[in-house]
Amino acid sequence: MLLLQAAAEAVHPLAGTAADWIWLVVALPLAGALVNGVLAMITEWHPGPFDPDPIHTGEHPVVSEPTLVERAERATPRFMTVIEGHAPYPPAPPEGEGHGDGHGDHAEEADHARDEEAHAVRRHPFLPLVSIVGTGSVAAAFVVAVMAFLAMLAAQPERPYVARYFEWMAAGSLKVEYAIHLDQLSMVMTLVITGVGTLIHLFSTSYMRDDGAYARYFAYLNLFVFFMLLLVLGASYPLMFVGWEGVGLCSFLLIGFWFTDKANADAGKKAFIVNRIGDFGFLVAMFLIYWNFRAFDFGPVSEAARALPPGTAVATAIALFLFLGCTGKSAQIPLYVWLPDAMAGPTPVSALIHAATMVTAGVYLVARSGAIFAAAPAASLTVVVVGALTATVAALIGLKQWDIKKVLAYSTVSQLGYMFVAVGAGAYVAGIFHLVTHAFFKALLFLGAGAVIHSVHHAFHVTGRDDDAQDMRNMGGLRRAMPLTCYAMWAATLAISGIFPFAGFFSKDEILGATFAQSRGSALAEATWLGIPGTAILLGAYVLLLASALLTAIYMTRMMLYTFHGDNRTGERQRPHLHEAPWPMLVPLLVLGALSVVGGWLNVPPLLGFLGPVGVLEHWLEPVVAAPAQALAAGRAALSHGAEYALVGAAVLVAAAGIAIAYVRLRPARLRPKAESPAEPPGIERALANKLYVDEFYDGAIVRPTLYASKNALYTGLDVGIIDRIFVVGLGWQLPRLFAYVGSRLQSGVVGSYAWVLVIGVVLVLGVFTLR
Amino acid sequence: MPLFYTFNFYLFGIIAIASALAFVTRKSPVAAALWLVNTMFSLAALYVMLDAHFIGVIQVLVYAGAIMVVFLFVVMLLNLGQGSATTTDIRAWRGRLAAGAVGVVLVAQLLTMLRVRLPEPGPDAAPPVNAITGVADSLFTENLVAFELTSVLLLAAIVGAVVLARRTAPDGADEPGADA
Amino acid sequence: MITESLFFSAILFAIGAIGVLTRRNAIIIFMCVELMLNAVNLSFVALSKLHGVAGQTFVIFVMTVAAAEAAVGLAIIIAVFRHFKSVDLRNINLLKG
Repeated sequence: MLLLQAAAEAVHPLAGTAADWIWLVVALPLAGALVNGVLAMITEWHPGPFDPDPIHTGEHPVVSEPTLVERAERATPRFMTVIEGHAPYPPAPPEGEGHGDGHGDHAEEADHARDEEAHAVRRHPFLPLVSIVGTGSVAAAFVVAVMAFLAMLAAQPERPYVARYFEWMAAGSLKVEYAIHLDQLSMVMTLVITGVGTLIHLFSTSYMRDDGAYARYFAYLNLFVFFMLLLVLGASYPLMFVGWEGVGLCSFLLIGFWFTDKANADAGKKAFIVNRIGDFGFLVAMFLIYWNFRAFDFGPVSEAARALPPGTAVATAIALFLFLGCTGKSAQIPLYVWLPDAMAGPTPVSALIHAATMVTAGVYLVARSGAIFAAAPAASLTVVVVGALTATVAALIGLKQWDIKKVLAYSTVSQLGYMFVAVGAGAYVAGIFHLVTHAFFKALLFLGAGAVIHSVHHAFHVTGRDDDAQDMRNMGGLRRAMPLTCYAMWAATLAISGIFPFAGFFSKDEILGATFAQSRGSALAEATWLGIPGTAILLGAYVLLLASALLTAIYMTRMMLYTFHGDNRTGERQRPHLHEAPWPMLVPLLVLGALSVVGGWLNVPPLLGFLGPVGVLEHWLEPVVAAPAQALAAGRAALSHGAEYALVGAAVLVAAAGIAIAYVRLRPARLRPKAESPAEPPGIERALANKLYVDEFYDGAIVRPTLYASKNALYTGLDVGIIDRIFVVGLGWQLPRLFAYVGSRLQSGVVGSYAWVLVIGVVLVLGVFTLR
Repeated sequence: MPLFYTFNFYLFGIIAIASALAFVTRKSPVAAALWLVNTMFSLAALYVMLDAHFIGVIQVLVYAGAIMVVFLFVVMLLNLGQGSATTTDIRAWRGRLAAGAVGVVLVAQLLTMLRVRLPEPGPDAAPPVNAITGVADSLFTENLVAFELTSVLLLAAIVGAVVLARRTAPDGADEPGADA
Repeated sequence: MITESLFFSAILFAIGAIGVLTRRNAIIIFMCVELMLNAVNLSFVALSKLHGVAGQTFVIFVMTVAAAEAAVGLAIIIAVFRHFKSVDLRNINLLKG
């Protein structure tokens, strides 16, 4: 059997090529995480039960236990100098120099320098090592991934390459292994994750430079990349679930990175808990999969699903539970509420996790389980409905947000809705295409926002002003201070709006086109969803997506206008400190900007075939997704050329209209800084600004009743009332007391009673014999 | 002959039981001891009728003649002859009733076991003409070690009795000529 | 014969047991124990008629041991009497826990 397997594997065109090293792609970030983890332990961990400064800012007046490195330093004074080659900390700031008390007659340059010096920060020991290990491990993984990609290009395999390593679980007929499933879909995801990941790691080396917990950050970030790669490269649903849970864990760790602030810790908790609800769905789906198909690996499961007639209850149930997992991980209705709160984490984290990679895991899952979703048209229509609704609602909410990161968060939720409409409608290629382009421009937007926030925060910090560095009302006119960032973000804005020829145009247009085309007589359109015919669903989704495109253009342009254009609202004292980002932050922005421009050429539609090679991504993904796509699209009427042009035109028109509306209607000049801004006018504006009160609704409808039931029914009633009363007090206290009482009464010292006991005992023993 | 035998058997049996009952209900220890002696005599008769002549003799000599005498000596020594006046020697009626119930239960159990366990005695084995020979044989060959050990036991008992009953003066020294 | 003997033996044993439970005078209780031993002896002798001479041998041992036990036991009772000035069981309760 082993020999047969080996023989079958040896026949795979990828065996023996660079693709054999694919395990390195997963292992390298893990190694980086471990190394950085050890470095974090020795430099940031203060042992002992009470640590007043657990996130190692170094600013706490109360001294806790020294970290291991500090201890080494005290023991051998030149320890860090020897290790790093120079003294680690900048000299103490000059005494008696105040700041912020009116040096109006001094030159601005001296002011600037003094402010900077006064706030010179202790640099993290081992900073270069951590940066190199952190960024290098992901970069090396990217290199290996590229090599495997080139091998795949050369070999053009028709079936997936499954490399099995160790056995994980074996119980009866159940067998799960540590194995990597390398096919075209996982390759795309791997490249995106490692590529964009490297850029974000590079960005982080500069963004997080002044943070005391630098090593911990990179440890978590590398760990996240490891888990994400495990998710996309895992060969079976359980292994994918390990990655699924792991990215949820790392998301929690990174969102609550500055956990001494309760709001951040709460945001992390919220993300993890809401994710868990989705994970429950994933687990139930896995159980159903095994129960019905007796397999966990993707190949056998897809085969079994293909053998089912469309519309069975089994397939629908599995698909719906899988989608529940997706709503949790990929922030769709009803479980999207964690994503806006997740902006409490560092901005590069938002870029990597909540834009480019983790939230796309749901889309990947649906694409990977295409056979199951194709066998359950009702579930696919559910995906379409939820995606379309999410896209629209999130876009509406994003329209009235003032925090720059929240705008981008809701934008992410909205764009994920687009992707889900695509994969729900059976246009898997369109969904993955949008995933890739979205990774480019959304990561760019977040990183750019990070650069902006970094600059504004720096300006506030050195001038001693305590204000919200993320609020757009405190920005404005940053184009002059940060031109490159501005242009890069404009590229992303145009891309996300869907303006030709940026990347978003191609991917969005493909989704819109596919949804529209699918509504005309395809197998999916024939199905019904809660009685509503699929045609209506798909057309409605198309209309909603078009509306969301309009809204997207509006709110993105709004964001750009308020942040980069108009007059600067940051403040007189702060303005000189606003400057362009350093090169480790700029380079990723520019690279992603370039990708946002040219990314569209990954999948040029046939209509615009004059632009270049047509459908590269579609050809690439054909062996993986063509079958389920065909199953859902079967029988649909072809679109005429005129209709196709009309669709494209409509998309571009809507995008342009959005930008124009934003330019015309919004007046950045009327904005005041956040501290002076009026409250939102009541009505729809306030409702949107307050996120349509969804969080409050969940709190009142779900959280509070659960807490109340837990406290009163479960804790007071069951735990204290019954279990404590019976077992702890009863068995633990009353019963021994009873025995003690009986025992002490028996040992009375009265010989007569002893005789009684004797005789009774004899009677009892004889009784046993008699009764036998 | 069998009738005579049976009649005597039952006679002595009833005398034994009646004496035992009387023994258990006497207030005075002396009376109780004497009734016990009577019980033992009857039992000796039963032993003889069961062809254990030697045992019957031993019963009279040792049990009734020595052990019970010792009991009586102690009763006399401690001057308990009348039974104490302040306390009635017999407990309250509830205890007696419970004890009686236990006794009945015990008898019932023993009888049940008798019926279940024991086969009806078949034809009696021919008794040895001289009962003592069989016993002597068994005692001095198979059970010789046990026999010798009982002598050690008796020695230990004597020593123990002497030590335990010794009168110790307040300063710890023994009074010479302490009686047993 | 044998069955009747066993019957008597059981009754005598029960009477002895009742005596042990009922009486308060230590010496009388001791004598009840002796009665129980006698009942057992009767049992042994009766059964030796069925199963050979081992029963009687055992009876000899029982008697011997009973004698030894009586000696020691009575010595204890004397010692106890010296301490408590009484052989009433109700007064002998220093073992109380």
